[in-house]
Amino acid sequence: MDYVKLTMFAVIALLAAIAANFGHDLAYSVHAIIIMLIAGGMFLWQLRQTDEEKPVFDTSGYMDGPVRYGVVATAFWGVVGFLVGVFIALQLAFPVLNFDWSEGYLNFGRLRPLHTSAVIFAFGGNALIATSFYVVQRTSAARLWGGNLAWFVFWGYQLFIVLAATGYLLGATQSKEYAEPEWYIDIWLTLVWLAYLAVFMGTIVRRREPHIYVANWFYLAFIVTVAMLHVVNNISIPVSIFGSKSVQVFAGVQDAMVQWWYGHNAVGFFLTAGFLGMMYYFVPKQAGRPIYSYKLSIIHFWALIFLYIWAGPHHLHYTALPDWAGTLGMVFSIVLWMPSWGGMINGLMTLEGAWDKIRTDPIIRMFVASLAFYGMSTFEGPMMSIRAVNSLSHYTDWTIGHVHSGALGWNGLITFGCLYFLTPKLWGRAQMYSVAAINWHFWLATIGIVLYASSMWVTGIMEGLMWREVDANGFLVNSFADTVAAKFPMYVVRATGGILYLAGGLIMVWNMWMTVRKSPVHQGAPNDAIPAE
Amino acid sequence: MTTHKDDKKVGTTGHNWDGIEELNNPLPRWWLWTLYATIAWGVVYVILYPAWPLVNSATGGVLGWSTRSEVAAEIAAVDAAQAGLRSELEATDLAVLAANEPLHRFAVQAGASLFANNCAQCHGAGAAGAPGAKGYPNLLDDDWLWGGQIEEIAVTIRHGIRNEDDPDARYSEMPAFGDILERAEIDTLVTHVQSLSDGADPLAGEGGQLFADNCAACHGEDAKGNTDLGAPNLSDAIWLYGSDTESVTTTIRNARYGVMPAWGLMLDEAEVQALAAYVHQLGGGEPTPVD
Repeated sequence: MDYVKLTMFAVIALLAAIAANFGHDLAYSVHAIIIMLIAGGMFLWQLRQTDEEKPVFDTSGYMDGPVRYGVVATAFWGVVGFLVGVFIALQLAFPVLNFDWSEGYLNFGRLRPLHTSAVIFAFGGNALIATSFYVVQRTSAARLWGGNLAWFVFWGYQLFIVLAATGYLLGATQSKEYAEPEWYIDIWLTLVWLAYLAVFMGTIVRRREPHIYVANWFYLAFIVTVAMLHVVNNISIPVSIFGSKSVQVFAGVQDAMVQWWYGHNAVGFFLTAGFLGMMYYFVPKQAGRPIYSYKLSIIHFWALIFLYIWAGPHHLHYTALPDWAGTLGMVFSIVLWMPSWGGMINGLMTLEGAWDKIRTDPIIRMFVASLAFYGMSTFEGPMMSIRAVNSLSHYTDWTIGHVHSGALGWNGLITFGCLYFLTPKLWGRAQMYSVAAINWHFWLATIGIVLYASSMWVTGIMEGLMWREVDANGFLVNSFADTVAAKFPMYVVRATGGILYLAGGLIMVWNMWMTVRKSPVHQGAPNDAIPAE
Repeated sequence: MTTHKDDKKVGTTGHNWDGIEELNNPLPRWWLWTLYATIAWGVVYVILYPAWPLVNSATGGVLGWSTRSEVAAEIAAVDAAQAGLRSELEATDLAVLAANEPLHRFAVQAGASLFANNCAQCHGAGAAGAPGAKGYPNLLDDDWLWGGQIEEIAVTIRHGIRNEDDPDARYSEMPAFGDILERAEIDTLVTHVQSLSDGADPLAGEGGQLFADNCAACHGEDAKGNTDLGAPNLSDAIWLYGSDTESVTTTIRNARYGVMPAWGLMLDEAEVQALAAYVHQLGGGEPTPVD
């Protein structure tokens, strides 16, 4: 077996070296060199272990190694993503920050996909993988299936992030929003994702509980649907096997429709279904209360996943997309309103009988604020899908404000809450090092979100109104540059909100670090897989 | 687990995962009825509007509404409201436009809007030239390359400058003197041309000789330029491509070739007239001489 692995790493390193040599573009060659170095390193590491006595690992308890790494990766990529976000927000307010010397690498156009991918896929994705591995083991009373496959998922996903991020800076992109990575990165992510599905499904199959917990339905829906979305939206033909460029199979409005079917469900299944999985475990655990309604969780789960998948066309109102497709996307978006709110109701009402904890427990406060922002943006979304509203809001900063009230409020705050829940547990500490610092983080993040969202609402609606403003004779009043100039103060407010949010993230990283280093060790039950009943 | 007074009454499903239980609460009534209401609204909406794909087409909806017909109706309404003034503007002699006060006001408003959407990209939203870029004339001053009378402005807009799309485009070409003069002669000429802004005699000295031999044919012996040839006035302090030694050297050595599109190919005649009226009244417009 060792020799098979050695041969495999050697072949990969060799092929990568060949690819680096023949690469047609810089991004491709750099990626080939990264892969060559990793495969070479793995080869040496394997070589040193070959024919040595294998250390015996205790595999009776839960497998928390990948979860611990995932928690660290989530915090790390989160801060990176927030930092890039703050910088590009400042670039929009002060274009001089698009420095001449970094043109073609660090200008807004290159950094913007780096920001979105870093926060959605690196921060959000690591949070989802880490929490799903934690939750599925606890609620199935079973160790992760597949042995070291969970480690492959973690490290394989980090490699995907590094290849995607360096590709953006070096100019390799498919130009599809949230699906920018080129063909070979897509193939790699597909492999990693299938391994993720196998680990998750395998663990559920070997569970020692009679039923599958609701959190796991949501996680599973997220993993399966994202696999489907990713594969279909990335069907493309490479121009050369030695180059990063590929050509999409779909063209024109079909391509646009597939892209927004993907794009909207990246929101629906990655940022909603997956994070509802987090909510359904961590909120009742932290509150110490039963889930409010089993019936509601069933109904809103099936309604949510049935309806979300049709809502994509609302991104393409007033385009070449036929009207009928837009109507269906809009109607499904409106009907989606209550199924989305089902998750908020079940989360908030779970606190019935524990509302006092909002005052005393900053983690509960983060969860509550997160669910409130979730409810707000899942009301705003259906509203913006209405054609008449969309004709004002589309292409304006209102969309950016909407996305960030969801991403910073819902996804961000619930992830912070989970990290504060997990860090002491995973490192065997009694509690977080500083509860006051969690409070600081909560308020910095909340004020940051409010500044961000409200400035984008103001500037977005102003911009939409300026674009359509006509004088008494029916002539347009403003030039595009007039609207850009008018937005400047709001851009500064937005960047300020981002800085506050980033500051909160840095406080969290410090707090996590101190918890692992300094907090007293927890005296309690060992880490065994015991069924709850 | 914290408990609540209603827990016993509601009961749980009996499941337990890692200490998490589920209460047996019914669906909230308001939630369910709102869901039903959105579904009912959806059913009505897909009957009223285009919605269901068929084999070769889609249901049109009983209202007969479409995004295309909606925008076509809006455009038709504005066109109808403007029709009278538009045709009047199209037929009006620009030289006497200013005398017709309501029509002139209409033309200037239309021109302002057209300028914002077609011209501001190069000439700046305020028509003072693009900030930070050279070669896009300021339209607020009275320095005109091809003439500042309203008809001359209209010709420039209609046919453009040095483009390949319109055979009537304004055309002239300054030679690249790097192929004609020695390096030292160009340096002398640069210093001389720079001094003209300060009121120096165009024909004085060694530079003046070079100017008379090479430049005066187009720019005039008085260096005041020639709007028939698009030759800039060199005696004022306005420099389209910059007045520093490096810029002027580049201009003389390589020449410049500023291009403007022929807007008559993209806008209709009333719109060209409106733009001319707008640009003419920005500040530097010259009166049409009376015959």
